[in-house]
Amino acid sequence: MSALPGSHDQRPAKWVWIAGALLLVAALVLPFLVKNYRVFQFNLVLVYAIAILGLNILTGFNGQISLGHGAFYAIGAYAAAVLMDRVGMPYWLTLPFSGALCFLLGFLMGFPALRLAGHYLAVATLALALAIPQLLKYKHLEHYTGGVQGIVLVKPDPPFTFRLLDQPFSADRWLYFFTLAVTIVMFVLAWNLLRGRVGRALIAIRDHPIAAAAMGINLPMFKSLTFGVSAAFTGVAGALGAVVIAFVSPDSFTVTLSIFLLVGMVVGGLASITGAFFGAIFIQFVPNIADELSKSAPAAIYGVLLIMLMYLMPTGVMGMVRRLWARWQPGARRARMRGVQPGSSVPVSHDHLTKESAT
Amino acid sequence: MPEASLLEVKNLHAAYGATQVLHGIDFGLQSGRITTILGANGAGKTTTLRAICQMVRTSGSALFDGQQLVGKATEEVVRLGVAHVPDGRGTFTALSVDENLRLGAHVRRDKQRVVEDLERMYARFPRLGERRHQQAGTLSGGEQQMLAISRALMLRPKLLLLDEPSFGLAPKIVTEIFRILRGINTDDGVSMLLVEQNAQLALELADRAYLLETGRVAVSGTSRELMANESVRRSYLGV
Amino acid sequence: MEAFVHQIFSGLANGCIYGSIALALVMIYQATHHLNFAQGEMATFSTFIAWALIQRGLPYWLAFLLTFGISFAAGVLIQRIILRPVEKAPVLTNVNVFIGLLLIFNALSGWIFDHTVKAFPSPFPQESALKTAYFSAHESGSFLVMLAVLLALYAFFRFTPVGLAMRAAAQNPESARLVGIRVSWMLAVGWGFAAAIGALAGMMVAPSVFLDPNMMAGILLYGFASALLGGVDNPWGAVLGGLIVGVLENLLGAYVIGTELKLTVALVLIVGTLTLMPSGLFGKRVVTRV
Repeated sequence: MSALPGSHDQRPAKWVWIAGALLLVAALVLPFLVKNYRVFQFNLVLVYAIAILGLNILTGFNGQISLGHGAFYAIGAYAAAVLMDRVGMPYWLTLPFSGALCFLLGFLMGFPALRLAGHYLAVATLALALAIPQLLKYKHLEHYTGGVQGIVLVKPDPPFTFRLLDQPFSADRWLYFFTLAVTIVMFVLAWNLLRGRVGRALIAIRDHPIAAAAMGINLPMFKSLTFGVSAAFTGVAGALGAVVIAFVSPDSFTVTLSIFLLVGMVVGGLASITGAFFGAIFIQFVPNIADELSKSAPAAIYGVLLIMLMYLMPTGVMGMVRRLWARWQPGARRARMRGVQPGSSVPVSHDHLTKESAT
Repeated sequence: MPEASLLEVKNLHAAYGATQVLHGIDFGLQSGRITTILGANGAGKTTTLRAICQMVRTSGSALFDGQQLVGKATEEVVRLGVAHVPDGRGTFTALSVDENLRLGAHVRRDKQRVVEDLERMYARFPRLGERRHQQAGTLSGGEQQMLAISRALMLRPKLLLLDEPSFGLAPKIVTEIFRILRGINTDDGVSMLLVEQNAQLALELADRAYLLETGRVAVSGTSRELMANESVRRSYLGV
Repeated sequence: MEAFVHQIFSGLANGCIYGSIALALVMIYQATHHLNFAQGEMATFSTFIAWALIQRGLPYWLAFLLTFGISFAAGVLIQRIILRPVEKAPVLTNVNVFIGLLLIFNALSGWIFDHTVKAFPSPFPQESALKTAYFSAHESGSFLVMLAVLLALYAFFRFTPVGLAMRAAAQNPESARLVGIRVSWMLAVGWGFAAAIGALAGMMVAPSVFLDPNMMAGILLYGFASALLGGVDNPWGAVLGGLIVGVLENLLGAYVIGTELKLTVALVLIVGTLTLMPSGLFGKRVVTRV
């Protein structure tokens, strides 16, 4: 959802409104064009998109590497499940609760993270990801977490019923619209947050931390807040995921989830908001297809892909799209000569992530 | 009989990233001789030495003993017989003096002579001999410079590159080092390419000299000629 | 009291394994300043190779040596082919490549050797002279093997020219080039050693925890904790860190929190060390120039 190139301060062109409207109509009709199970998968795509967006805020925009975002997803999911199952909270109310809880935890995690950079933070977050399933299975917490068996939930019924295109308005289809609404809200939130001063500050901290601090940005506060916000996004995704799947168990949230989120982020593009969708589509559907080959195929594909992407396309799908789009634009050459980065409203410097390091 | 040209540099360009530093310089060095490269800060003197060792992006030609250096890896240039004493000495500070010297002979196969050369170094630099098992990082500036030069000599190089050997050292030590350099050249016949800020000392030691200004050769000739050159005297010899 | 002592010795035995993984991690870190997240999966895969060789009828020690050699070669190749292109790339890029390797090796283990849990033999007969009051035969045997490897490594680095060259290349690559050391190859050899040590650790731990593709995940984490505790640039620290972590794990598990939260213990250790003692117990304090 980056603004169009060459029109930073103008309203988007008319054709964008038309395309947007068409897209919206398509999105609204989509669940009735396909079978129920597909709708369920689309819901998961949206959930993962929010989760990847959360990770991207921390790692892509702010440069803090997290190999453990699956932990926040899990915490959000379990918080929602416990609230729904044990407290009887309505499903839509669990989302802000999960978000707030994960914000707090992420913020607290941000403080030790201040002293950790690069691989150290990666190790610490990896440890978090590995520890979570064990914690969730822990005997003394079983009363809340349901132990190894997890918690079975009930999918919410749609508030009204009808048929469209010969398909009933099922629970999954209702959840599709609910998830879509939440996704739009979260993405607009992220876009607003990252577009202005905050976004620039995040990127400044990522690329030139010392200069950023010298310019008066309160590094510790900012980095911890970023951690909190990032965790909150992924926590909300987790809660949403719990609602959509109607089940949580410790083994759904292994380190594999964290790695998949990482892969999704890298595929979609670091520091790209729209890229989260591509990443989500990728991690939702590739394993389904690859599973046919062998149980190990998804992991192997992801592994090879990660490495190849690092060689060939470190900026992911969106990075490639941006570069091609920028070259196409008539105003691009003039913009480049003025030193402005064409193709995005958020001044994204991918250089830090792809150029040679100083050491 | 004309002396063999050990090093012949033609149209050498060098750049750090996008910044061009050398703009096509030519110079040469005869076997057994000492050539010095002078110039102000930023003129490109250090870059010249680094270019010969292929530590920066270079283009042009640098023929050493008939072999083209441009395009080779640094380690390969060294294996041809070029020893570089970099600015900052480049000592392995965490290793001992003895280990530093042994590393200087890393590419040599003649173990027995390496052992002999080690003893010769300790004889020539008694202070190093006293500290042979000490950690190199704890040596004084002058001792580290001696260590750096000895390490380079352990290669038994045909060509010794020296980058500002006088830097940061007390005058007495500098004199001693230059005396030793003179001895190495005379006794062992090691050819030298010397980069120096201290033009006076450099011109006294060297046979030929080149003056660099912003990446180009401004003046060249024998050291006597440069010492007599008016503008050189005014700008670099403080006379 | 007897149980307490037993816990300590058992912890030391585990600590050997953690220390070996930590040592492999430190070796790569010293040379490249990167942490090899794939170390555990590489070790598991090596152990599977050993298992396959033994299944084919090879005597244990032959399989052991072959696996050692294969792992060494694989480590060298991985560094030359996969890691060299991203040597100078930023940290995230390298982390992604390591995770990629992790995934690939895990997948290979699962695909080639399937996911059923397998038994792996111990070369030390149960009732041999190695069995003592506090150590089982396998534990003593592992300990001795580790010790032998450590001493051999120490001797290699301290007394051989190649070892000296590797130390130099790790400390100061530019100066190393100036004495003719082929630094890239030194890195590759370092990787080879790390891979071989990992294989060793895998083969020593497999008899107790049984062999399956996810065998090393938790152990890798403990390896990290040990390396960080000992000081990530200090090989001796890594080994000592491993022993400390092994003993701590056992004592905490037996007397404080029970054995189900081992990974949380690792997490706390890691975060705690990194926050309170970033250079570990024995590491060098690094000052970053602004």
